[in-house]
Amino acid sequence: MIAAARAILRKDLRIEWRTKESVPAMTLFTVTVYVMFHFGLDRDTLDGELAAGVLWVTVLLAAVIGVSRLFAAEREQGGIEGLLLAPVDRTALFVAKAAALFIFLCAVELVAVPAFALFLLGPGLDGALPELLAILALGNLGVAAVGALVSALAAETRARELIVPLLLLPLLVPLLIACAQATEPLFRPVAGPEDLARWLGLLTLYDVVFVLVSVAVFDYLLED
Amino acid sequence: MIPPRVAEVETSARENLRTRLLEQAPGLVAVVHDQAEVALVVGRLQPPLAQHEELVAHVDEGHSRDAAAQLDVEQAPVELECVVEVAHLEHDVVDPHETRHGLSIGFAAMEPAIELDGLERRYGERLALAGVTVSVPRGATLAVLGANGAGKTTLLRVLAGLLRPHAGTARVLGAELPRERWKVPGKVGYLGHEPLLYRELSGRENLAYHAALHDVGSERIEALLAAVDMERRADEPVRDLSRGMVQRLAVARTVLHDPELLLLDEPRANLDPAAAERLEPLIGRESGRTRVLVSHDVEGALAESDLALGLKGGRPAAADRELYR
Repeated sequence: MIAAARAILRKDLRIEWRTKESVPAMTLFTVTVYVMFHFGLDRDTLDGELAAGVLWVTVLLAAVIGVSRLFAAEREQGGIEGLLLAPVDRTALFVAKAAALFIFLCAVELVAVPAFALFLLGPGLDGALPELLAILALGNLGVAAVGALVSALAAETRARELIVPLLLLPLLVPLLIACAQATEPLFRPVAGPEDLARWLGLLTLYDVVFVLVSVAVFDYLLED
Repeated sequence: MIPPRVAEVETSARENLRTRLLEQAPGLVAVVHDQAEVALVVGRLQPPLAQHEELVAHVDEGHSRDAAAQLDVEQAPVELECVVEVAHLEHDVVDPHETRHGLSIGFAAMEPAIELDGLERRYGERLALAGVTVSVPRGATLAVLGANGAGKTTLLRVLAGLLRPHAGTARVLGAELPRERWKVPGKVGYLGHEPLLYRELSGRENLAYHAALHDVGSERIEALLAAVDMERRADEPVRDLSRGMVQRLAVARTVLHDPELLLLDEPRANLDPAAAERLEPLIGRESGRTRVLVSHDVEGALAESDLALGLKGGRPAAADRELYR
């Protein structure tokens, strides 16, 4: 299963590297939204809850783009059939797709977070960077698990561009709350990570639950 | 009662039962099954044998892919009696309920590669396949003929395990579908309308990807690229290749894992004659594999098949040109 997942992931990353369909679009989207907030709110800086909310809502909306495209090559070029014809545990496909989305999100955040700090964030990130990276990693993991599941579900439907946000965003609400709450203390003018452990725990629980649920139901999504 | 005329054929190591049958009875027409909807076409007999005449083949040992020969692998070499009922394909209808007239008689000692009984498949309310009954011995070729929308591709996809049957029974390589669908992947090579190749990847990368899924070594990739004459263009993205080249790569992808059963949907589409000939050892009769061949070339398909199944509106029909009228 690991070898198959690795092969699928390598293929997905190679295709993304050559087509540049998802990551550049997601990155451009996030940067554009931060610029729009910058001018729309008519504020040079944000902090606390508002800053955390803007950061995470934008990242999750960008994730919709990635999730919509996650199964595009499989859908348009028969990749799912190729996989179903191979003696491969279908969980390998979920693992690979979730891993690909996780990597895409990390790549986007490499640009998006500095852009956010540049355009909107008041307090500096220097001292809070390790905590922010931990929150981003757990948040990305949750988005990746749910996103791979939703993308597979929508892949064979005609109205997938509608279905992806309609299914994905409600499922991400608990994750958004946990991520924003965990991030909020880091964005205060005077940082105070008093609740960080609690929210990181909740994020971990969310990730574990959705990874398990996704693994359990993913097989059925590929059934005729 | 006309006493049966019996011919005996003996084959030895790596000789094909079919070839020996043809040598013995070069004009043998067909084994007709179930109101001529399915026929084991062996050749043409001049003059034809009368109805109920029999041909008995004794097989000592055979090709590893030969349906009859595989019995010898499991048992001590014995004389396998293959009784082939002979009839006129278009005129004589042999009672399918009389066991000695069943299609499987010729290869009765082997479990068929494909066994369908009353297979039905729907798309919503629309019936795509109904009442499809056929038994394909291992090593044999079944030609599936029919006009556009007759259900040919649906049948292939059901056999590949990509679609589940909605009624009837379907057994493929011993696996009952859909309950044992998990047994089928890896044993089947499916060449459909889509090449199942990623356009942004090169031919070599595509084959490497499928090889990883099937746990096949890289030396097989190089051998197949040579076999389909795509070594020089193997590193170009598939999107830059001609349709014929893509089809050659698709054939390489289909046989990459050395499948027992080939499901071929117009396999020679987009191929020039030289390329089609080059691919024969991989997907033609000489591959020795059990094959299900979908084609609109009625004469060509019948010539290279042992059985023929006609489909009209998803239902079995006589496998002839009337299918297209």
